[in-house]
Amino acid sequence: MVEKLLKGSPAYYIWLLFLGSVVGLGGFTYLFQLKYGLAITGMSRDVSWGLYISQFTYLVGVAASAVMLVLPAYFHHYKQFKKMIILGEFMAISAVLMCMLFIVVDMGQPQRMLNVILHPTPNSVMFYDMMVLMGYLFINLLVGWVTLEAERHDVEPPKWIKFFIYLSVIWAFSIHTVTAFLYAGLPGRHYWLTAIMAARFLSSAFCSGPAILLLLVFVLRRLTGFNPGREAVQTLTKIITYAMCINVFFYLLEVFTAFYSGMPGHQHPLVFLFAGHGGHSYWVNGWMWTAVVFAFLSLALLIPPQIRDNEKVLPWALVMLVIASWIDKGLGLLIGGFTPNPFEGITVYAPSVPEILIALGIYAFGLLVLSLLWKIAIEVKKEAGTF
Amino acid sequence: MNNSRRRFLKIASLSVFGLGAKGVLDVAAGTTPDAAALTGKYEDGATALKAKRWAMVIDMRKFTSPEDYSRVIEACHSIHNVPSIEGNQEIKWLWTDTYEATFPDDMNPHLSQEVLERRYLLLCNHCENPPCVRVCPTKATFKRADGIVVMDYHRCIGCRFCMAGCPYGARSFNFGDPQPHIKAINPKFPARTRGVVEKCTFCSERLAVGQLPACVEASNGAILFGDLDDPNSPVRKALNENYSIRRKPSVGTQPGVYYIV
Repeated sequence: MVEKLLKGSPAYYIWLLFLGSVVGLGGFTYLFQLKYGLAITGMSRDVSWGLYISQFTYLVGVAASAVMLVLPAYFHHYKQFKKMIILGEFMAISAVLMCMLFIVVDMGQPQRMLNVILHPTPNSVMFYDMMVLMGYLFINLLVGWVTLEAERHDVEPPKWIKFFIYLSVIWAFSIHTVTAFLYAGLPGRHYWLTAIMAARFLSSAFCSGPAILLLLVFVLRRLTGFNPGREAVQTLTKIITYAMCINVFFYLLEVFTAFYSGMPGHQHPLVFLFAGHGGHSYWVNGWMWTAVVFAFLSLALLIPPQIRDNEKVLPWALVMLVIASWIDKGLGLLIGGFTPNPFEGITVYAPSVPEILIALGIYAFGLLVLSLLWKIAIEVKKEAGTF
Repeated sequence: MNNSRRRFLKIASLSVFGLGAKGVLDVAAGTTPDAAALTGKYEDGATALKAKRWAMVIDMRKFTSPEDYSRVIEACHSIHNVPSIEGNQEIKWLWTDTYEATFPDDMNPHLSQEVLERRYLLLCNHCENPPCVRVCPTKATFKRADGIVVMDYHRCIGCRFCMAGCPYGARSFNFGDPQPHIKAINPKFPARTRGVVEKCTFCSERLAVGQLPACVEASNGAILFGDLDDPNSPVRKALNENYSIRRKPSVGTQPGVYYIV
């Protein structure tokens, strides 16, 4: 099926070239990081993880979200999703690859990364995180490829693949739970030390991931005419709406516990994120309030069925939802976890320009992989008449 | 033809997988012949200081002048090749901070003037139950049988999970190359490379040759060091006679550093 990549319009090649050059820019910047170390990032002794690890966390959620198509389609035999499912699985592959790259660029000694396998350490959550991410990549590659191959030959997929499809559902939950455990098991970080972390991660993943998928499918529809089906879009939007309601609800639970209990350690990160410290406000405050406004606006547009089903409004609601969830998890989560620091002091973190360029390079790589995989899927679907 | 190519690929990939699996199984079973030969044997030197549980007691009452602090910090940082880097990517093994920053859980605005205004010495707590060891994915940081939490700078992958795990902010990361920032390199102790984490080692390298930690030696009796399991050790005696506190007792790590305030 790989040959499908070779034939495309000039626009297709220009798009690949554009993504390739952004990847190149990120790669070039990474060479500087290899030479000068993570000193070129905005991270510090107190805020020792930053944009890289937060993007990793966000993208694990995007990867896990494929399950919101797979689960209804295979557990509940909801046929409407069958057409879109391959796009979700391929998006998961691209997201997992980005996760892995974000981990690698965050390492101080990337050439030693095999130490995680050479000296396996079952008491470290990172060990499990590595295993579940590798496993999820493998499962999605296998399932995606085998089902698409079957679609191409117009036959039912082989029976044995069912096992891997069911496995992928459980696995999707596991990758994001394990990622939450990276944070939720640390005794000194108040913002992360919460039993609801994994649940929050999953709810945020199950709204933002499908929202990104739908937005990309709308772009695909405009470019190629691929029609995901009106009912499928409406059902997925309902799933997104429920997940976002739960996501916002879970966040408010954190706010209640922190402020009604009056526990200073639990309050400080929230106060810092939304109001700054000691009468001084910080750049992250504006972002956090933007997230609040966008989260509620997106819900206002998604909850009433007559607005939700209006496809002129829907993309805007989804864009706001994605921005809100990205600020919460791709920015606030890490900054709130590290600020205040263990000495109850404030060390301000802001990503540096090289750090942002490297992150953009990885996103462009993910988009490149996604474009290629979707190109294959679309060409196969065109031939098989399942377009 | 298509069929035979497919069969060839199937057989070839299975064989490759089989070869790979054999290697993995050998390692898992520990049967690789080279492994036994490569594993060295370690024995304590004849003069090594030994304990069941090393611990430190810092008598803050005996730190009266800025010189008292700088002397112990300099003693530590100079022999361990700790670089002096300005800004928030700094590296420190032993440093000072306010009461509020050191004991945030114990803060009381009406503490005695002396206690409130004094600077406190901070270092790795060598916890009984260290979160940094729990989270390290490569065992680059580990706890020895005598309670000291140490690091293998050559195994560390620089993931900084230990820094997120440490509730005491005791760990520093080499964001850049530390060597240009070291005034005079002590060739007896490894200087670190960029991209690894480091921290206080309770001078395990000095204990191995019968010397007390450098800060203890330089403190003129203000910092005590000894075996917590031995009722006659200087640390146990000091703890018996004085009221002492530890940093953040609520996080359950059981620090090995005690403060007399």
